[in-house]
Amino acid sequence: MKTKSPSGFYLHVPFCESKCSYCDFYSVTSITNEVITRWIRAVTAEARIREFPGVFKTLYFGGGTPSLLSKTALVEVVTKLRGVFDFDNLVETTIEVNPEDVSRDKLRTFKELGFNRISLGAQSFRDEELKFLGRRHDSETSRRALEMIREAGFKSLSLDLIHSLPGQSLSDWEYSLKSAVGFKPDHISCYQLTIKEGTKFGKLLSSGKLKEAGEDIQREMFIRTSEFLCDNGYQHYEVSNFSMGKDNESKHNSLYWEHVPYLGLGPSAHSFDGEKRWWNVSSVEKYCEELEKNRVPVADSEILSGDEFSLESLFLGLRTKKGISLDILKGYDGWEDTSAKLSALSLVEIKDGRMIPTLKGFLMADRLPLLFMD
Amino acid sequence: MNGIRNFSIVAHIDHGKSTLADRLIQHAGLVSDRNFQDQILDNMDIERERGITIKSQTVCLPYKSRDGNEYILNLIDTPGHVDFSYEVSRALASCEGILLLVDASQGVEAQTVANLYAALEHNLTIIPVINKIDLPTANIERVREEIEIELGLDSSGAILCSAKEGIGIEDVMEAVVERIPPHNGDASKSLKALIFDAHYDSFRGAIISCRIFDGTVKADDEIKLVSFESVHTVEEVGVFRLEREKREKLSAGEVGYIIAGVKTVSDTRVGDTIVLASDPSPELLPGFKEVKPMVFSSIYPVERSDVGMLTEAIEKYKLNDAALVYQKDSSAALGQGFRCGFLGLLHLEIFQQRLDREFNIPVIMTAPSVRYKFVLNSGESVTIENPQYYPDPFEIQESLEPIVKASILLPEEYMGVVMKLCLNRRGENPRISYPVPGRLEIIVDMPLAEIIYDFYDKLKSITRGYGTFDYDFLKYQKEDLVKVDFLVNGERVDALSIVVHRERARQRAVQICDSLKEEIPRHMFKIAIQGTIGGQIISRSTVSAFRKDVTAKCYGGDITRKRKLLSKQAAGKKKMKMIGKVMIPQSAFISVLKTNED
Repeated sequence: MKTKSPSGFYLHVPFCESKCSYCDFYSVTSITNEVITRWIRAVTAEARIREFPGVFKTLYFGGGTPSLLSKTALVEVVTKLRGVFDFDNLVETTIEVNPEDVSRDKLRTFKELGFNRISLGAQSFRDEELKFLGRRHDSETSRRALEMIREAGFKSLSLDLIHSLPGQSLSDWEYSLKSAVGFKPDHISCYQLTIKEGTKFGKLLSSGKLKEAGEDIQREMFIRTSEFLCDNGYQHYEVSNFSMGKDNESKHNSLYWEHVPYLGLGPSAHSFDGEKRWWNVSSVEKYCEELEKNRVPVADSEILSGDEFSLESLFLGLRTKKGISLDILKGYDGWEDTSAKLSALSLVEIKDGRMIPTLKGFLMADRLPLLFMD
Repeated sequence: MNGIRNFSIVAHIDHGKSTLADRLIQHAGLVSDRNFQDQILDNMDIERERGITIKSQTVCLPYKSRDGNEYILNLIDTPGHVDFSYEVSRALASCEGILLLVDASQGVEAQTVANLYAALEHNLTIIPVINKIDLPTANIERVREEIEIELGLDSSGAILCSAKEGIGIEDVMEAVVERIPPHNGDASKSLKALIFDAHYDSFRGAIISCRIFDGTVKADDEIKLVSFESVHTVEEVGVFRLEREKREKLSAGEVGYIIAGVKTVSDTRVGDTIVLASDPSPELLPGFKEVKPMVFSSIYPVERSDVGMLTEAIEKYKLNDAALVYQKDSSAALGQGFRCGFLGLLHLEIFQQRLDREFNIPVIMTAPSVRYKFVLNSGESVTIENPQYYPDPFEIQESLEPIVKASILLPEEYMGVVMKLCLNRRGENPRISYPVPGRLEIIVDMPLAEIIYDFYDKLKSITRGYGTFDYDFLKYQKEDLVKVDFLVNGERVDALSIVVHRERARQRAVQICDSLKEEIPRHMFKIAIQGTIGGQIISRSTVSAFRKDVTAKCYGGDITRKRKLLSKQAAGKKKMKMIGKVMIPQSAFISVLKTNED
């Protein structure tokens, strides 16, 4: 990366009180002050060895559970990072928050540290679903948290919800959607439950004790979500993401989809400098050890070839309402025929030199790129 | 003194045949301990993976016995599958004795018995060897008892060894010297050599493996391959160590190779006899048989433009495989290709794997078929081995299909299930005999078409591996046959057509529609699969359309994963054949063989 292009900053906070049954993000649950102090020291060390010439426009603390960090720890890590990086040009600063961690005190700390966007892991407004998912909060806790966040006056509030739980009915899901919309969040992410290997659900699935929702139900949930939220004024701007107006789209997440450079610090964090992508080891212990020995904590890296870069642009673009420029498609043999076929099937629309997926197209977002690859 | 011993090792799979062969080679000092690599003789990947030997391998072992005399022990390793039973019989015909290897913990098993019978047919001396005696689960006494009772052999002379640990190897070699009779050939008589195998060498052409029964052969001799009536000049003779080792001459009793400007393996025949060209009355050694292909399948490149490469690959493969026959063929659905004839299904599979591995050309092979005969109204008789060329049904007066005499050897307790399997596959006229107490032999006339798909696998599974099976062509028999075609998304795929007995047509068509449904991936639209006889639909299934295919999250690390997955899926697509709007994978063509009956 030659010029000072706009970039994102990500910090992975790899700590949780307990593991949720569906989650496959890296985190540990044995947390002591010593571990956190050691992690902060390591993050600071990593920050110092990273030369990243971009200008940070977005900052995102994700996890894990960033909100379980004490005020002291949060202040400490933010101060240390500020000592290394220039955060003066940030326009969006997000912290992921669990409802059970919310208090007026905590929120004040977030504000003081400059966070202007809260991403709340509500997941559901039905208690039996929350229990099933292995969450530590109930719906009442979420409601109280939402009121406090609104009262504290953050610029932007986002909610995470999960649908297509085994046995969940359409009206169960609509209940959570309605409850969420009642708080008028600026942004909502609705993820279909994906059962991944290595999670508690993954084990239950392979032993036959859990069954995924059927494809037809998943499809119905997906369509209903989009219809309901669009009726309530939201824009469906990415497969799983909805925003109240263009301004409230997650600027940080969008950079992943648009090949904008980002620097990720912490165990398991990914980074991308425009050509090269690298990712850190998924182990707090190993991460700290490497940095203590003045070594980079990188697990692996890749340099994107031209073809790989364009393939990523293709499939990432087809997941967003921005779509992709037809110039990218021109690199694929027979693209005009394929485009015409997809338009005829109402999977995409061609507008102003771009291919834009429709709702039906979003449902096939993983399939569409393959149709260009012969 | 006659210091040559010719022998073979036979064993049930995994009883340690290759390991023992390796030890004998090592003991003979042909390979240093340091360069020792497991399973020296099985030098093809496919052989190692499947634990079977496809080509015979021979090695000439020098041995100084305990009495101080020097011997030459010729170990002739044999193929181990029913498709190659003729090659096995020729290799055994080149021996005077065998080592019958039995695992000390597994005991006597199915193939042990089958191999014993093959050896008895050739009047060979049999030395039982109990292997793996070092295992904690070894039960030597029980195995001795089994050798006595189940094989009817004297177990007191059984040699105990552990090939893995190198225990008893010398005892094995001593037994070969002492108990296997020396040959009784006469070097002063005129030349008579049996071809039991041939390999292709890109510099020298066919390297013929043979056993000299009488006479002598040396460089510059004019020789004649009796059945071929071809005359060649010997360039070189020698024996197989781990490499070829040139010799002045080969004489009666010896096993070795002859290089005589024979271009390819296809210019020789296993079982043929080599004599001197000057021999006024050449005679074939007994047991010669012209091996004919029994199973036919078409092969097409996935990419039509690869047909040149495929031609070259098949020609190269053919250099080393006399049993393969092929000719050009074309299909409306699949384009230009070849119709190939094989000895059996394993032979076909080996061919397919070699093409894939050594030449790396994605190909589609169609479901195997047998050779049918039809008498037409005009009185003309036609032979069809490709369902595509099935005559107009209204023109057919009589349909005939090949019937084989199948001989199945099995422990008594499996008689019921095996009989049922044979009858389900239209077996007729079963005859039962008891060659040994507790074992029986079923001889049954069966349509070859019924055994070329999974019959052998089914037999193995219902007899827990104890059933063994061999077959010989018997006759052509009049049957009520029909052709079943398959339509995928409305398009007839000629390469999927099958010829089948009318009574079985519906059942097979339903199975095939179901298998195709499993094999054909989902598309953006619904795909109908139909089985038809002359336009009438007799079975159908549907591949449902994709209605949703999207992952919920795509952030940092998901992007790399997703890209790799897409690249892999796209590569998979390249191996599929586009027919109309539908992509059909290679596996779909072979799935036509699968059955869910029995």
